[in-house]
Amino acid sequence: MFTKIFKSLTVAFVSALMVLGFGVNGAAAKTDLLVYTAIEADELAGFKKAFESDYPDVNIKWVRDSTGVVTSKLMAEKNNPKADIVWGLAATSLMMLGNEGYFQGYAPKGIKKLGKLYYDQTNNPPQWVGQRAWIASVCFNTVEGKKYNLPIPSTWADLTKAVYKGHVIMPNPNSSGTGFLDVSSWIQLMGEDKAWKYMDALHTNIARYTHSGSKPCKLAAKGEIPIGISFAYRAAKSKNAGAPLEIIAPSEGIGWDLESFAIVKNTKNLAAARKLADWSVSKKAMVIYNKSYAVVAMPGIAKPVKNFPPGILKKMIKNDFAWAAKNRIRILNKWRDKYDAKSEPKKK
Amino acid sequence: MTGTAALATGLEVKEKVSREDWIMRGVLLAIALFLSVSILLPLYSLMSKGFQDKDGNFTGFANFSEFFATPALTYSIFNSLTITLWTSGIVLVLAFTFAYGLTRSCMPFKSLFKGIALVPILMPSLLPAISLVYFFGKQGIISSWLFGYEIYGPIGIVMGEVIYVFPHALTIMLIAMAMSDARLYEASEALGASKIKTFFTVTLPGMRYGLVSAFFVTFTLVITDFGVPKVLGGKYNVLATDVYKQVVGRQDFEMGAVVSMVLLVPAVLAFFADRIVQRKQVAMVSTKAVPYVPQPSKGFDMAMLGFCSLLGFIILSILGMAFFASFAKFWPYNLTLGLNHYQFDLMDGGSWASYFNSIELATWTAIVGTVMIFVGAYLVEKSKGFRTGRAAMQFLCIMPMAVPGLVLGLAYIFFFNHPDNPLGFLYHTMPILVICTVTHFYTVSHLTAVTALKQMDPEFESVSASLKVPFYKTFRRVTVPVCVPAILDISMYLFVNAMTTVSAVVFLYSPDTTLASVAVLNMDDAGDTAPAAAMGMMIVFTAAGVRLLHAILTRGLARRTQAWRKR
Repeated sequence: MFTKIFKSLTVAFVSALMVLGFGVNGAAAKTDLLVYTAIEADELAGFKKAFESDYPDVNIKWVRDSTGVVTSKLMAEKNNPKADIVWGLAATSLMMLGNEGYFQGYAPKGIKKLGKLYYDQTNNPPQWVGQRAWIASVCFNTVEGKKYNLPIPSTWADLTKAVYKGHVIMPNPNSSGTGFLDVSSWIQLMGEDKAWKYMDALHTNIARYTHSGSKPCKLAAKGEIPIGISFAYRAAKSKNAGAPLEIIAPSEGIGWDLESFAIVKNTKNLAAARKLADWSVSKKAMVIYNKSYAVVAMPGIAKPVKNFPPGILKKMIKNDFAWAAKNRIRILNKWRDKYDAKSEPKKK
Repeated sequence: MTGTAALATGLEVKEKVSREDWIMRGVLLAIALFLSVSILLPLYSLMSKGFQDKDGNFTGFANFSEFFATPALTYSIFNSLTITLWTSGIVLVLAFTFAYGLTRSCMPFKSLFKGIALVPILMPSLLPAISLVYFFGKQGIISSWLFGYEIYGPIGIVMGEVIYVFPHALTIMLIAMAMSDARLYEASEALGASKIKTFFTVTLPGMRYGLVSAFFVTFTLVITDFGVPKVLGGKYNVLATDVYKQVVGRQDFEMGAVVSMVLLVPAVLAFFADRIVQRKQVAMVSTKAVPYVPQPSKGFDMAMLGFCSLLGFIILSILGMAFFASFAKFWPYNLTLGLNHYQFDLMDGGSWASYFNSIELATWTAIVGTVMIFVGAYLVEKSKGFRTGRAAMQFLCIMPMAVPGLVLGLAYIFFFNHPDNPLGFLYHTMPILVICTVTHFYTVSHLTAVTALKQMDPEFESVSASLKVPFYKTFRRVTVPVCVPAILDISMYLFVNAMTTVSAVVFLYSPDTTLASVAVLNMDDAGDTAPAAAMGMMIVFTAAGVRLLHAILTRGLARRTQAWRKR
């Protein structure tokens, strides 16, 4: 009873506010678009400016966090979503949320120009659309490498060699999307049995697992470890900042995921969300994506990005997102039971 | 009010409940109601997931049996207890000695040392851990001091946690020690007891309550902290990082809830232990008390000065290293110092807005929190009868500490963003951040207040009651002035923590209420260590500024209200 009265009072209060607000601002008011994103903080201002210069009637409001935190936040808000559109989040995360009925399909204007690999092919209109690829890479610190007499590895298999014992760090797939991307790509490349055997061998060389996907490369850049398994964007960024890094794309093939967007089902700002969707597949947007990422969703646009490993496009594996999403929990559990159990402090 | 009446009828037979008692119970009930909404209900909405499957069907203890059947998860219980007990042991000894030096010796520079000791509170919690890497990591300047062991593991975690909780333990110890009755020492001396005997028969027993609460504060803070193990944990899994893995890595809220409940166990134990000790506590400051004034003793004072200097030096080097590293061009390969890291454009990305949001949050948290927490502690301690209600209240006050910030933040989403919650309008606003932060830091402040209040003789109340002075007048004229130092400490503590906290609010901020501490995290995430360090500096400066203001206020107010402490 009490709750009901309270609720109706609140509704009355809020609607009164809204009426007042609309009355004052009139029709010319900008639409506030609540965008949940995992794109690096330093790029956000640029995207907002570029989009709003094309669509001055929309005002982007970012909620930015790391991939894991944004995904958890969205998942927790499931019963009462706040976001209008999720933008720049891993496709695997979007598929997981999509399975909960989080999104509505929309084919942005010009989607046909994108590569077929880069947007949702199971739903029509697609629920998620990719923007640019985020690719695994290995960071090798040349100064530390020399100190320990380590040859530069060029394949995933190289990393299991005895010389690298205790010199490799990778993200824990149970806490980092990048970590899962590596594990899932190894399984897709080698097949289950061989991949787990590979990881057994790799495990003996791993110094420790980190919680974040960018950390291994940051650690390699600072010389805390000679070799960090991370992703290319972070690697290039560290190298540009002056870190003595060699960035390697192992020759067997590399895992990747897509920064993608999807429109939330019951958004009150559908028109504005679609404007952002349309803009996000435009050539102009692709050129901006290309400033820091070497592979974007529209073929023929991307120019090489400074310090990205060469030939990266050819090394990207045929990533089966649906398979990865379906098997994720099984793989994570197996990984945890094999490598995340009891561990002792190690002598250097 | 009907609820109070129902609860109180049982007592009415024994004791007449006066109008004043009704007022006290009313206020107590209001605070209990707040805590129910801010901790109990949100926690319930998250914890109930522990008994459900992904689709919300009730599954009983299925998740629990899965937890105990997974060695990777259960082993963390052992790990968590190991590092927590080590940390608590070390911190208690250090904080006790430090507090002893500050209150019971005549060493010089006392206020300077107190200031230095509280420095770790001013730092965003990641900073000490990062500093330790610069000292003991592979590239660290004194990494050889670990005798071949790695910083990444239990050793590193314990070191980081000791620095993190030291000020918390020290605050409680200082308050416990500040209130002492010199007559006991005089008596002890007159009876010919040696210094050592006096220490064990007068000092330690008087400190008992402070020691116990300091232990539980340390214990729970460490077991729930995830910042330090995240940076320094290596392969060493603890419960707090497991919660992170479940919730942020796997979005497995069900298992996250199970691990959180395992984490809650120590808090429940703490509560009962606290009850038992509290029953035996006798007021230290009776109405006839005479404050203890330390007498100079050269050897002892020098020893204390030496100890405090050493600890102070360590704390300052931790802070200094973090600052140095933020000036160095590219650690460790290019150590040219330069201000170019500090040519930050804080305007970019609305960081100034975040900074002012943080100040707003901190101010509200300090004001609302201090009033509520102190009044609540007073009522829990000093109101008569109503035992069950007070015990329940005490439990509510201790609970927040056992809840990791990450869990609290998520629980708030589940509770406040539920479509049927009439309080839903709070979601994505500043008030929800204030509520969350006050709740998150409720326990330590509550214990500080309780420690101070416990040492006041109940005779103050009895006398005023027999003089027919209403309790609120006694509260205003006696209790509050006597407890001014503790009250200022609480508000300071809340303010600083509101500035630096990340774990809970990261789930709750909206584009209009972005916070500086979250900005630090995000900028560091993006690899922009420079602006991150700069924003971190802004936090440290602000907190230090408030600290300074606090010191001046304490001195001014103390002169007016604490004169009775001197002879």
